Amino acid sequence: MSHAAATHAAEGHHTSMGLDSRKMAFWAFIGSECLLFATLISTYLIYSHRSLQGPYPQDILNIPFTSFSTFDLLMSSLWMVLALAAVQRNDMKWAKVWLMGTVIGGLIFLLGQVWEFSHFVEHGLTLQRNLFGTTFFVLTGTHGAHVFVGVLWLFTLWVRAMQGKLTSKNAMTVEITGLYWHFVDVIWIIIFTVVYLIQPVYHG
Amino acid sequence: MHRHYRLIQRCLPGLLLLGLLAVGACAGPFPQTTLHPKSDLGFAIDHLFTGIFAWATAVFVVVEGLLVYALIRFRAKPGAPVPHPTHGHTALEITWTLAPVLILVMVAVPTIRTIFATQAPAPAGSLKVEVIGHQWWWEYRYPDLGVVTANELHIPVGKTIALDMTSNDVIHSFWIPAIAAKRDVVPGHVNHIVFKADTLGEYMGQCAEFCGDSHANMRLRAFVETDSAFNAWVANQKQPPVDPKPNTIQATGKDDFAHGACIACHTIQGVSAGMIGPNLTHLASRTTIAGATFPDDSIDLIQWVNHAPSRKPGAVMMDMNLPQANLQAIVAYLMSLK
Amino acid sequence: MTEPTGLKSWITTVDHKRIGKLYFWTAFCFFLVGGIEALLIRSQLAQPNGHIVDARTYNELFTMHGTTMIFLALMPLSVAFFNFIVPLQIGARDVAFPRLNAFSYWVFLLGGIFMNLSWFVGPLFHAGRMSVAPNGGWFGYANLTERQYSIGPNIDFWLLGLQILGVSSLAGGFNFVITILNLRAPGMKMMRLPVFTWMTLVTSFLLITAFPVITVALAFLMFDRFFGTHFYELSGGGDPVLWQHLFWIFGHPEVYILILPAMGAVSEILPTFSRKPLFGYTVVVYSGILIAFMGWGVWSHHMFSVGLGPIADAVFSSTTMLIAIPTGVKIFNWIATLWGGQIRFDTPLLFAVGFIAMFIIGGLSGVTHASPPADLQQTDTYYVVAHIHYVLFGGTVFGLFAGMYYWWPKMTGRLLSETLGKTHFWLMLIGMNLAFFPMHFIGLLGMPRRVYTYSPDLGVSDLNLVSTIGAFLIAVSMLIFIWNIIRTRTKGKIAGDNPWQGATLEWATSSPPAVYNFAQIPTVHSRLPLWNEPESVAQRAPSGHIHVPDGSWWPLVAASGLPLLATSLISGQLWLAFVAAAVLLVGIFKWGFEPFEV
Repeated sequence: MSHAAATHAAEGHHTSMGLDSRKMAFWAFIGSECLLFATLISTYLIYSHRSLQGPYPQDILNIPFTSFSTFDLLMSSLWMVLALAAVQRNDMKWAKVWLMGTVIGGLIFLLGQVWEFSHFVEHGLTLQRNLFGTTFFVLTGTHGAHVFVGVLWLFTLWVRAMQGKLTSKNAMTVEITGLYWHFVDVIWIIIFTVVYLIQPVYHG
Repeated sequence: MHRHYRLIQRCLPGLLLLGLLAVGACAGPFPQTTLHPKSDLGFAIDHLFTGIFAWATAVFVVVEGLLVYALIRFRAKPGAPVPHPTHGHTALEITWTLAPVLILVMVAVPTIRTIFATQAPAPAGSLKVEVIGHQWWWEYRYPDLGVVTANELHIPVGKTIALDMTSNDVIHSFWIPAIAAKRDVVPGHVNHIVFKADTLGEYMGQCAEFCGDSHANMRLRAFVETDSAFNAWVANQKQPPVDPKPNTIQATGKDDFAHGACIACHTIQGVSAGMIGPNLTHLASRTTIAGATFPDDSIDLIQWVNHAPSRKPGAVMMDMNLPQANLQAIVAYLMSLK
Repeated sequence: MTEPTGLKSWITTVDHKRIGKLYFWTAFCFFLVGGIEALLIRSQLAQPNGHIVDARTYNELFTMHGTTMIFLALMPLSVAFFNFIVPLQIGARDVAFPRLNAFSYWVFLLGGIFMNLSWFVGPLFHAGRMSVAPNGGWFGYANLTERQYSIGPNIDFWLLGLQILGVSSLAGGFNFVITILNLRAPGMKMMRLPVFTWMTLVTSFLLITAFPVITVALAFLMFDRFFGTHFYELSGGGDPVLWQHLFWIFGHPEVYILILPAMGAVSEILPTFSRKPLFGYTVVVYSGILIAFMGWGVWSHHMFSVGLGPIADAVFSSTTMLIAIPTGVKIFNWIATLWGGQIRFDTPLLFAVGFIAMFIIGGLSGVTHASPPADLQQTDTYYVVAHIHYVLFGGTVFGLFAGMYYWWPKMTGRLLSETLGKTHFWLMLIGMNLAFFPMHFIGLLGMPRRVYTYSPDLGVSDLNLVSTIGAFLIAVSMLIFIWNIIRTRTKGKIAGDNPWQGATLEWATSSPPAVYNFAQIPTVHSRLPLWNEPESVAQRAPSGHIHVPDGSWWPLVAASGLPLLATSLISGQLWLAFVAAAVLLVGIFKWGFEPFEV
């Protein structure tokens, strides 16, 4: 995000590993975030048979709907790849298009979650209702918060592009943004699989 | 050096005094010690610990000895040349990696054996006792004998006891060092201790998991008695409570009790059915009160009943603030409940 | 080049040396606070049925003593040295992300202040007393920490304070991983790094992987306390033991975070004062890495009394015993370093040797803990209090003091007094053993931990008194150290570049180093450049202007958003949360877009 061609590493200044420091730091951050989500997902799994009362996953999760929003998020990763490619070849016209496309993809996902969650609450699944509600909303809510931060970040880049302040010199920044966005996408794939596709069956 | 010598000289008397104090501290008695086990479980643990401690002492002597020797032998001597720059020695590295492995095997094997031996399920015919931890007292139920009591555990000598333990509120830890070692009591879980006490006596114990304001005051007693004494105790506990003679202060006390706030929390069989505090049916048969923290006598009971929180911080039992006449009567009644 | 002076230059600094000093002084003050808390604890326990403090205050004292010492004193003291020394040791001009470095410091300071404000703000919460300091133990076991059993804001201060501090640790962790991997001078291969830098790297990896776990654990507790969930509560199907698992999955790597930097410092000091290289450098480095990996597999040895079952007990007992091996190997290599050397008994060496001697004791009591049946008599008693203080005080604190005496001349240009240093050492060693050795006995004789008083019937009164005397002796030794620092400011001997004839690159710079560290970035060809190739790394006057980054306000601004956010939750003021978010966003955006060149 630093617009100063700043870190000499970005301009090919020598680093011990030959890699841009900011990119390395971001990978370290992603490693750390993996631990964060692993803890949340593990808790979801540990508590998956312990809800004392419904609604249970099989009562309330809407696979077709969530499959659509998953597809939308996956597609937004594609727009992100295209955005980066455009910035790298200094094609700012298409960079703006694809950046906004990613933003919209993220917003559709978030709005879909808002709709889905309010639907759940209407049907009695709240944060406090049972362990399924608790672990579900905390896990997907944390992920959603990450998507929201990503949307803000991408929107900022789009605004700077519109102001003419984003060029191929900032390709590293956009690449790191892309890393974040893809990471958030991968986490969603895992959540979708663990929470939606592999559901524990509650008896009685 | 000279300066240091003088300093040490001056400090020596003080250090000697402290040393004496420490040695004097070894005099005992130590009623809650882990080092004089009086049960099969306690003995198994002590045996294991002694073995590990022996290895630890040996390693301590050798390694600290090498360290001290190196410091003395290789002190810098003026004018000495720069020492030979040794960077390592593979055979040495292997040796001092394997040696600890071997020692640890000698520790691990008896450890794992003892884990499984001491956590085996209780054999048939064991005396079952349910232990329920509360903030800040212990409840005991003997399901096969129909007895409910608090804070003081009575068990027969030479018989296997199976404790099934849980908590009513937060995590506590049940600890009788001489006979039952320790196990946490966790709400929603049932933990077990299986042991057989081999020596008659009175044993002290204490909660060992921080559980709030009065964790320090959540104590307990265990009485290991002969079969006949234990059976007599059980028989007494199963009796309905002593009914006071009419027109005595105890009778007034019973009346005050039955119409007072006490019944909300305490059970006296046939008189009240409160479930929040300890069962008082045979309160006077106990030697202590309030989580085995104070002696079971009139003076302590009077202070306890009227001002529990000042004696035990955070006590769920609030200040009763009874007028003196009621207080004396109720305490007289309680002291009659043998 | 002259360095800017004045308050603004310190508040906006992004220089690792200044940030190191800020960390040091702040952490040292918190160390004294934690020490006073310890003295109050020991005063209360000097006799049975003591009346120095009441039960509630006592419970706050031991909670804050542990929390302060671990998170506000020992960890930041280590970070102080990471900051000052690591860039010098790798031949760099600063860390990879100087503003992130400043941010880490400000978050630490503000987090520590936030948590300690709880001592004074009781009236704001209608508590009926001045203090609402955290009181659930430094380990905060559920379900005691749930709202039902801990009604006031005490636990909220704890969990929110720790969340803030976690951000600081994470940021620092990322910074040092990248710095060490990416900013090394030419020729500084990984296996030529000083051991202190290696241990910093390993510790930083542990920080960035362990802290997310406690972040989640604390977030669950926050949800339970503020939003009615039941992560740790039976009534909703939850299990209090989940807290213990999550806490200790963080907590065990955390103790290695606490010890590895001290081990790194000792690994530098022994060779310097023996005048021979570290014995088994490769093995010592790999042991550190192995300890960090294996540290993830032992967490349930803190839970041997919880009733996990014989198989879990056996597995964790075995992994715990295994981790003793690389630890022991390091100790043997240290002794072998001294062996055959020409040992100079200056104060840094005394503390380094004290570290080894005390850590052996702490390590051995740890081995006795590794056996679950034996541990059933030791856990939650004063025996384990003895163990932790031998490894954390005898270990980490002695190791950090060794580092202080060793690197003080480099950081300030003056040598601390040897006479006062040696007095400090001996008093602290004797005090420490008087304070903590009796605790082995006190525990085995039946005194549990975390008790505000004990019965005279236990027979441990005299031993407790001895322990209290030891604690006060430690305090006296600290006063001597403080006097040493004050006196050295004006009367300390000027150190010169390399007063100890150390081997590593930090000793090539002036004392203190110029703001740009190295006029010429050296190229190294060995592990011990100042011993093997001193001429090629020697520094000459700079030939031209050397750019150093300007300061920045934005790390401080962004940092202040965090305690504001915490305050909004603890006071229930939603508008404050929006203000906090705005402050955070403005701080981050301005930081991201200001012109800044490393």
